[in-house]
Amino acid sequence: MNRFVYEEARLKENESFVSRDRNVKIYDGDQKTEFEDGEVVLTTHRLFWGRPGEIARAAITLCLPLSFVISLSEETTASNFFGRKTRIILHLHPPSINKPPGPMDTSRATHIKLSGKNGLSVEFHTALRETLNARVWAIALTSETIVKGAESKLSVGDKLSRIQKRTGIGGIERHLEAKAKETDENIALAFQDLSVLMAMAKDMVGLSKNISSKIREQRGEISEDETVRFKSYLLSLGIDDPVTRDNFTSNTAYFNSLAQQICEMLLDPIEEHGGMMSLADVYCRVNRARGLELLSPEDLLHACERLSGPIKLRRFPSGAMVLQLESHDDELISIDTLEKVRSAESLAVEELAKQLNISLLLAKERLLVAERLGKVCRDESVEGLRFYPNRLLACDNDYI
Amino acid sequence: MAEFQWPWEYTFPPFFTLQPHEETRRQQLKVWTDLFLKYLKHVNRFTIGINDQNLPLFCNESINRRLSPELILLILEQLQQSGHAAPLDKRRQEWQVYSYTLEEYGNMVYDWIQETGQTNSICTLYELVSGENSTQTEFHNMDEAVLLNALRLLEEKGKCELIEMDGSHGVKFF
Repeated sequence: MNRFVYEEARLKENESFVSRDRNVKIYDGDQKTEFEDGEVVLTTHRLFWGRPGEIARAAITLCLPLSFVISLSEETTASNFFGRKTRIILHLHPPSINKPPGPMDTSRATHIKLSGKNGLSVEFHTALRETLNARVWAIALTSETIVKGAESKLSVGDKLSRIQKRTGIGGIERHLEAKAKETDENIALAFQDLSVLMAMAKDMVGLSKNISSKIREQRGEISEDETVRFKSYLLSLGIDDPVTRDNFTSNTAYFNSLAQQICEMLLDPIEEHGGMMSLADVYCRVNRARGLELLSPEDLLHACERLSGPIKLRRFPSGAMVLQLESHDDELISIDTLEKVRSAESLAVEELAKQLNISLLLAKERLLVAERLGKVCRDESVEGLRFYPNRLLACDNDYI
Repeated sequence: MAEFQWPWEYTFPPFFTLQPHEETRRQQLKVWTDLFLKYLKHVNRFTIGINDQNLPLFCNESINRRLSPELILLILEQLQQSGHAAPLDKRRQEWQVYSYTLEEYGNMVYDWIQETGQTNSICTLYELVSGENSTQTEFHNMDEAVLLNALRLLEEKGKCELIEMDGSHGVKFF
């Protein structure tokens, strides 16, 4: 254990990330130490151990240069009641004399063990073994000695290519390995960012919930009209307690309550939109209101299929799907559409959409509904699709 | 010859697009088939080709609309069903269209022959359609090929017999 030094958890030049594992404790020889439940990070040159979060912050952590490792072995012990776990044993060179300060400088053990609650992950184990075999730290040393010669200004890439040239197939393999490691690192970094974001997001959600509940409590006291309206907008924008899958054991219950929530929140907007809303719009609105607990399109669709009551899902023959009010009547809509078409003599889809301020999809469906009921008829020409009042049907001719 | 009276639908753009609404489509095709028969009778034409793009029947230049070949074919097939048209080639590009069905034509000719007492006499097809005697009849000036088909139908019923002479036809009514 006395080979460890205190060092900042930062990558040096030429050093790259290899693998990591969590909930790892260190044994000094066969003795347990206080270093439990930490995170280990393996780089090409060193092994870091830190309390959770320390390494991510690049704080001072325990560090063991891999050059101290002589060999690797493992022991298997029974874990808890069932299963077995594997501990990794690292046999170490004696510490150098003028070594920087580290933990337990007085230890006499010549090996350390890494262990976890359920042992170390297989990935980490393999990564450690491969890294030790690759001996990247040694290469860096030799290349530095070369650089010390005439070509001290060679770039890193040139150095690498020299080494690769010299080492033949082994060099190629190493190059591939390095590439794979780099990818690994990138992925790990990406996910690390994401988890930080999520952690922050949770705080943000908590904060906004807090604010909204405060606003609600104080609502009676605020007298200024605009503030009240502004705050009520804020409140209407979000769902305070979105239905999430975690709270339910069965899909059916989840979708049913999701459907109910969708129904509650969309009733007013759909009425404002003239009784119909395309599923794409619904998706945007619902997810915007839910904030971070986003719904997948599939979940939304399943929930919409279960809608019963004032709003229901409707599938048009064209395949387009909308939510529409139960009270929404095709007959009335088509008469209304016919009026619009008649007053304009003929209408294209985009013209109707503009007039009614609805999406193209809905405008088209409106016209198709009217066509299905024989109120309007189509004219397809080089100028595009237009709809005319259906004068072809005799019954309609009476009042044209 | 008086100017042909186009129906109002002729200037209604959707009339040139096949309507998906069933009832509308039925009505549309009915107007079209009537229009076909009336127009062809007006210009005294018995054969049309689907690709005859310049026929005023197929396009209305004033509103810049024309019938698609598919729709023309559909209309002709509709006419075929009611016995007013028959394709002349296998690709169904050239059609014979007649304002009366072959049977009606046949009966018309037969009745006229009986009225004028020409039974048991032989006459040529040319005499029938272009002769001075038949100017008042519906089949005056009709296409000889169509008449031939109508008479073949009569022949099957045993009411007449066709005789071929030097590439032209004669007929004897019983």
